[in-house]
Amino acid sequence: MLDQIATLGRSTLDRLASAGRSGQMLWQSLVAAPTPVVMFPLLLKQIYFIGVLSLVIIIVSGLFIGMVLGLQGYTILVDYGSEQAVGQMVALTLVRELAPVVTALLFAGRAGSALTAEIGLMKATEQLSSLEMIGVDPLRRIVAPRLWAGFISMPILAVIFAMVGIFGGALISIEWLGIFEGSFWANMQNSVDFSGDVLNGVIKAFVFGVVVTWIAVFQGYDCVPTSEGISQATTRTVVYSSLAVLGLDFVLTALMFGDI
Amino acid sequence: MSMHNSSESIIDIQGLSFSRGTRKIFRNVNMEIPRGKITAIMGPSGTGKTTLLKLIGGQLRPDTGQIKIDGEDVHRLSRQQLFSLRERMGMLFQSGALFTDMSVYDNVAFPIKVHTDLPDDMIRDIVLLKLQAVGLRGARDLMPSELSGGMARRVALARAISLDPAIVMYDEPFTGQDPIAKGVLVKLIRMINKALGHTSIIVSHDIQETLSIADHIFLLSDGHVIASGTPAQLLKDDTEQVKQFMQGLPDGPVPFHFSDDDLLQDLYTQESPNA
Repeated sequence: MLDQIATLGRSTLDRLASAGRSGQMLWQSLVAAPTPVVMFPLLLKQIYFIGVLSLVIIIVSGLFIGMVLGLQGYTILVDYGSEQAVGQMVALTLVRELAPVVTALLFAGRAGSALTAEIGLMKATEQLSSLEMIGVDPLRRIVAPRLWAGFISMPILAVIFAMVGIFGGALISIEWLGIFEGSFWANMQNSVDFSGDVLNGVIKAFVFGVVVTWIAVFQGYDCVPTSEGISQATTRTVVYSSLAVLGLDFVLTALMFGDI
Repeated sequence: MSMHNSSESIIDIQGLSFSRGTRKIFRNVNMEIPRGKITAIMGPSGTGKTTLLKLIGGQLRPDTGQIKIDGEDVHRLSRQQLFSLRERMGMLFQSGALFTDMSVYDNVAFPIKVHTDLPDDMIRDIVLLKLQAVGLRGARDLMPSELSGGMARRVALARAISLDPAIVMYDEPFTGQDPIAKGVLVKLIRMINKALGHTSIIVSHDIQETLSIADHIFLLSDGHVIASGTPAQLLKDDTEQVKQFMQGLPDGPVPFHFSDDDLLQDLYTQESPNA
């Protein structure tokens, strides 16, 4: 019994210490971001790796999810004779919820795990130590550009996801199911509010981007520098990010739409 | 970039203690590393030789004691001051630690680009001269993954000396190298030390190679400096511990067996391995 309490205490302390270190890392890397001249090329490179290379998975998933939404929405709404509202349903579902959440989950799997593995391997092969000994702060050179690239890429990816999803929904509803094009788009335009829906969706995506990138970079930076350590850190990135995104989504939704 | 100070020792370590978890790595270690010489830190594996280099470079903090480089206490410096101190130090890592996303040329040019405002053609000249010094000017366009272990270490050496540092630290430079590569590294370390006039610190357990180039040796074991002196003095030392290490004897004060539990008692214990 005492052993169990001791284990619980130790693991709580470990987690608290780890949370403290992650906060310290975030603060130091944001404060110590390199000068714009140095930062810009590094940032562009990371946006390419984190954002541009995630485009394929985001576009393909967005398209299919939009198509499924169109199909499912139609089969439900047609029972009530309101299948013309399918455009509104597809758009609101995507913009408010699915685009930020699904993009963040895909982002954690595609870019987050890659970030953790890359930084972890840099640690294991002493590249981070060697940067330190050259007199370059790895938080500035390695961590800061990756954090900013994640913060910037994630909302843009979510917007692209929503756009492609709406296109997929339109494709199914108009071209296949034969809904009148005018009412599909008009219903959508009337019901989707820019600040209430689109902006809130983008805010969600930004928050998820911060959380997922922060978790991914920290797990890599703080991992045990062995093959086993890197594998565990990569797994932790995907698990923690996914849970954090889903949990935060509820909190943000309650804050944004709770009073409706 | 050189440090102007006429005192005999460039690095002064006083009362250094350091532990990892419950394991004490150093207990009250004192060392003075002479300026402009090649100093070797030797000792059996696991005595914390690499840890000592990390303590000198400020990557780890000691529990007690201090390390002064040219009078500056490494662990009292701010993060910014520490990074600027490191510009005057070069370190050759055991694995080479080259940046895998950069070519050989860019790896060597990296410290110069980061710390100076020199024009590109001047940087090119410096990089080519450094690569020429390690015999790898022809490999400048290769990526680290295309290099052999020995070549990678030579590129890392070129990078470590690219800013003409006052101190160069070599972490196990000979480990895992074939005899030819070892010979090349010995020659390079000696030549570079002489040409640049800096202080070299070599951490190693390769007795033959280290004895052939070191001016001064510290022998570490069990968290202490057990002997120090010139290679000739250490070879003559007849303390059991020193003799065991210098002559490579399998058993002695450093036991062959990790634990001293009685074998029979251990065999008859019913405890399962995972208990």
